[in-house]
Amino acid sequence: MTYTAAKPPLPETPEQLRARIPGWGVDLDPADRPSSPKLDFRDDLTGAHWEFPDRQPEKYPRERSMEHKFLTPVFGTASPPRGVSGALRTLSYRKFSEADVAHWLILMAADRVDSMGSSFTSVLRGKPDNPITETGILGEFKARPIRDRFGRGRADTKHQWMDPLIVTTPWVLRAGVVYLVAKGLRARRD
Amino acid sequence: MRAMVYRGPYRVRVEEKDIPPIEHPNDAIIRVQMGAICGSDLHLYHGLVPDTRVGTTFGHEFIGVVHEVGSSVQNLKVGDRVMVPFNIFCGSCWFCARGLYGNCHNTNPNATAVGAIYGYSHTTGGYDGGQAAFVRVPVADVGPTLIPEWMSDEDAVMLTDALPTGYFGAQLGDIVQGDVVVVFGAGPVGLYAAKSAWLMGAGRVIVVDHIEDRLEKARTFAHAETLNFTTVKDIAVEMKKTTDFLGADVCIDAVGAEADGGFMQHVTTKLKLQGGSPIALNWAIDSVRKGGTISVVGVYGPVFSAVKFGDAMQKGLTLRMNQTPVKRQWPRLFEHVKSGVLKPSEIITHRIPLEHIAEGYHLFSSKLDGCIKPVVIPSAS
Ligand SMILES: NC(=O)c1ccc[n+]([C@@H]2O[C@H](COP(=O)([O-])OP(=O)(O)OC[C@H]3O[C@@H](n4cnc5c(N)ncnc54)[C@H](O)[C@@H]3O)[C@@H](O)[C@H]2O)c1
Ligand SMILES: [Zn+2]
Ligand SMILES: [Zn+2]
Repeated sequence: MTYTAAKPPLPETPEQLRARIPGWGVDLDPADRPSSPKLDFRDDLTGAHWEFPDRQPEKYPRERSMEHKFLTPVFGTASPPRGVSGALRTLSYRKFSEADVAHWLILMAADRVDSMGSSFTSVLRGKPDNPITETGILGEFKARPIRDRFGRGRADTKHQWMDPLIVTTPWVLRAGVVYLVAKGLRARRD
Repeated sequence: MRAMVYRGPYRVRVEEKDIPPIEHPNDAIIRVQMGAICGSDLHLYHGLVPDTRVGTTFGHEFIGVVHEVGSSVQNLKVGDRVMVPFNIFCGSCWFCARGLYGNCHNTNPNATAVGAIYGYSHTTGGYDGGQAAFVRVPVADVGPTLIPEWMSDEDAVMLTDALPTGYFGAQLGDIVQGDVVVVFGAGPVGLYAAKSAWLMGAGRVIVVDHIEDRLEKARTFAHAETLNFTTVKDIAVEMKKTTDFLGADVCIDAVGAEADGGFMQHVTTKLKLQGGSPIALNWAIDSVRKGGTISVVGVYGPVFSAVKFGDAMQKGLTLRMNQTPVKRQWPRLFEHVKSGVLKPSEIITHRIPLEHIAEGYHLFSSKLDGCIKPVVIPSAS
């Protein structure tokens, strides 16, 4: 009982558990658990045959966190920054550390600019976005959209329909506001 | 080659891309045989991970055949069949040398707080992922491992992330014999965590979710008791009642940033006003006993989340968490899969050709058609 020193009784004994559940207790001993202790020095370096990895050639000015001493020797080269979103991203890495929330907010803004801008340029490039196929909504026909969603105690169906809107709409609105302000400023200057 | 590409929140498509070249002498290029979609990919798909660029390819769970190797690669050769951990790690930095492969300091220039991961935004290093016909695998002498003869492809894919993460989640709970373990989330990670808790000697395992197909799987696959949180008014009270008012010894958060069950938390997360809705984490803090342990493997974003820190402090809790160092789990998990104690492929529900991946994302994200774990097959296209 909790209000005394004894642990509340369990419904099954170890013997019953062992009989019911394949493998019950095989890793009871912490020595058999691979991540204990947390920090465990490994001399083999799991196959690394260097003290410090060779440096990957930097083919364009690679953005990096200012909390790093230098560009890491290995890095990804997918989708280098480009256009307005790229300028925002570069700015965010150059001006703000990871500890500064502005860093992340600018990156999130750049993501929305990127996806809106890309929808636009995809038309120019002759590979327009197709909202029907890209959202995978046709997959609904393979499922039972009503039965799978309702009358079975799910908590997410109340908001599922509006999630894409919540994620994208405020940015559309904010972009609109920025546009109007810029236009107003220019009108005043002219 | 064909590759999945991100187009914006809730939108992906398959495009023609160049086969990735060798960028670093220790790179390998792998021809992907099978990949998977992870619950973590949903955070990207929903547009919640900062610096997710249009045109990038997702996918951090994959196996395949070595197609090309860089000049310094010694441990792999063309034609080898390999499984690749989701972490990209150098093996030699301060962190890797101490086994923290999920926290490597040499592979992610974009952030010091996060390790490098395939196909997981620029915040984790800007690498393209394996939901494609080919993928660049950096530091090829360190991460990839030959798939043992006896292991099936589907088991091998589950070993690249989901199974090690579930097992690691149970491990972080520091379970001792007879512990009452509550797992929040019955996705792949939560199911494997529940199953692993028994291996470590748990006395009771209770899985909490709101998707009935998944709770059913928790009962059959993970031999657990289950609770649909929509059927109770207050999780904390329910958990106190079922433990004679002690509370659980260990709680595991296998849900992460997109937890359901609180409308405002949900909306503020989607609006990016907080780094994640910590509903499941707060339920864990409320449900665990004083002096208990909370293990967090659910992923949260880089800005603040409204966590009940005061309660955690007052209760004297131990909070443990990390990205899983996948390869560190492998030797023990290989033994468990070989002996049949763990049968990871049993939770796979969907096998999707790469060309249909947009529908795969939609079904998995909306949790339709009983989808628990979808694998992706490039060659089936
Ligand atoms: N630490 C790591 O290395 C690592 C690796 C893989 C995945 N993850 C993270 O683990 C989490 C789970 O991954 P998954 O693949 O199982 O994802 P998933 O989306 O399939 O599963 C999440 C489950 O949580 C349920 N859920 C939602 N709100 C809940 C609540 N309030 N209480 C209880 N359950 C709730 C959902 O219904 C769903 O079944 C994700 O956040 C993912 O990013 C972490
Ligand atoms: Zn994952
Ligand atoms: Zn490292």
